[in-house]
Amino acid sequence: MIPFEYRTPKNLKEVHATLKEFGSDAKLIAGGTALVIMMKQRLVRPSCLVSLRSVRGLNGIEIKNGGIAIGGLATHRAVEGSSLLRRRLPMLTETYHHVATLRVRNMATVGGGLAHADPNQDPPPSLIALGATVKATSANGARTIPLDEFFKDYYETVLNPDEIITEVMIPKLAPNTGAAYIKFLPRTADDYATVSAAAVLTLDKANKTIADVRIALGSVGVTPIRATAAEALLRGQPVKSEAFAAAGEKAKEAVDPLSDFRGSAAYKKDMAAVFVRRALEKALADIRQQARAKAAPKPARKKVAKKKGKRR
Amino acid sequence: MNKKIKFRVNGKRVETEVPTNRLLIDCLRYDLGLTGTKEGCSVGVCGACTVLMDGDMISSCLTLAVMADGHDITTVEGLAKNGELNPVQKSFIQYGGFQCGICTPGQVVAATALLAENPKPDEDEIKDWMMGNLCRCTGYYKIIESIQKAHQFAK
Repeated sequence: MIPFEYRTPKNLKEVHATLKEFGSDAKLIAGGTALVIMMKQRLVRPSCLVSLRSVRGLNGIEIKNGGIAIGGLATHRAVEGSSLLRRRLPMLTETYHHVATLRVRNMATVGGGLAHADPNQDPPPSLIALGATVKATSANGARTIPLDEFFKDYYETVLNPDEIITEVMIPKLAPNTGAAYIKFLPRTADDYATVSAAAVLTLDKANKTIADVRIALGSVGVTPIRATAAEALLRGQPVKSEAFAAAGEKAKEAVDPLSDFRGSAAYKKDMAAVFVRRALEKALADIRQQARAKAAPKPARKKVAKKKGKRR
Repeated sequence: MNKKIKFRVNGKRVETEVPTNRLLIDCLRYDLGLTGTKEGCSVGVCGACTVLMDGDMISSCLTLAVMADGHDITTVEGLAKNGELNPVQKSFIQYGGFQCGICTPGQVVAATALLAENPKPDEDEIKDWMMGNLCRCTGYYKIIESIQKAHQFAK
């Protein structure tokens, strides 16, 4: 690594000022699990690192306007261990649990992960399918960016060099909605996916028709990819396994994977269809499971078993 | 460019000046002489360089020394108290939880963090937690057994 200046601003205002001072020569560092590797490999050579480690706050996970707001500095581990998310949106708990290893999840932050913009990451497909937005702030103010417009290319986002991700907002899900993220991992459990797929499915009141659906894929292009044509094929259609299979086939048209040791491009394309179908089936199963849980009589309060282990 | 940092390593206060691009693992090994922590893959995959920061395990090869400023670091050298090995260390010896030994400091530190959160983990919980600590001798059965039986050595 080439030498660099290391600044430790204490609050967001100081972060903004430091970024303004150094412009594109500065890089923000929070957990550093991605950036330090890129600096070791000299892919990135900032003259200044702006550390976010002394900035307090910005790491909450809370209900906001019926949806869920996650601070940019919340660690992956905090998301994975959040009892609020486990209750409200277990799909996100599972997604963040899939990221690398515990050592990385203890350090890596939600905002840092998104800013890193590696198309093989787990959270982006899930967050895109959930309709999440990113709040970015700078000395010039704040803006909200839909996550499906956030990624531009390999390791490239629409963020300006002076901007920082302060919050990820997941809007309130419609009633009768199920969500799923699945990751195809033929090699090791901590690997990047060969293909990953997220689906968020909403049925009408009668549970017969698909009212809305969002589908996103990872590891099959230079950015995470939202499969809009596959979504359009499903909206308004009756719930049928043939429809899910057709949507999977349609999603293949949206992807452009590279051949590597995780599979050939042709194989990944075929797997994209399979995993989109399975994600949709799992989202449907999630709706049915929620309905069953609702219908079941609630257990008496004192009978609820204590949760095992310490979770943060 | 250098920066002064203050942190705790195995309970002792350390004040030192490091180049900003110094990695925590190099600071521990070369500046502080704590060579128990090993470097394997250098990209945060293998777990050999596992240390605890405020009780949470991290890869010291992906952490800048300046990022440890103000934090509490525990390395494998800090696990034994008053010359007595901790339960995980005793169990690894008793149940043969290592072969060549290069991954062992990382395995022992990671397992210690696991038992601090979950004193009697089952096999699946151990596998999930230890997933990022690779053993190229593939001594996993004995490592799992050692962790599962470590509670026997707890006081």
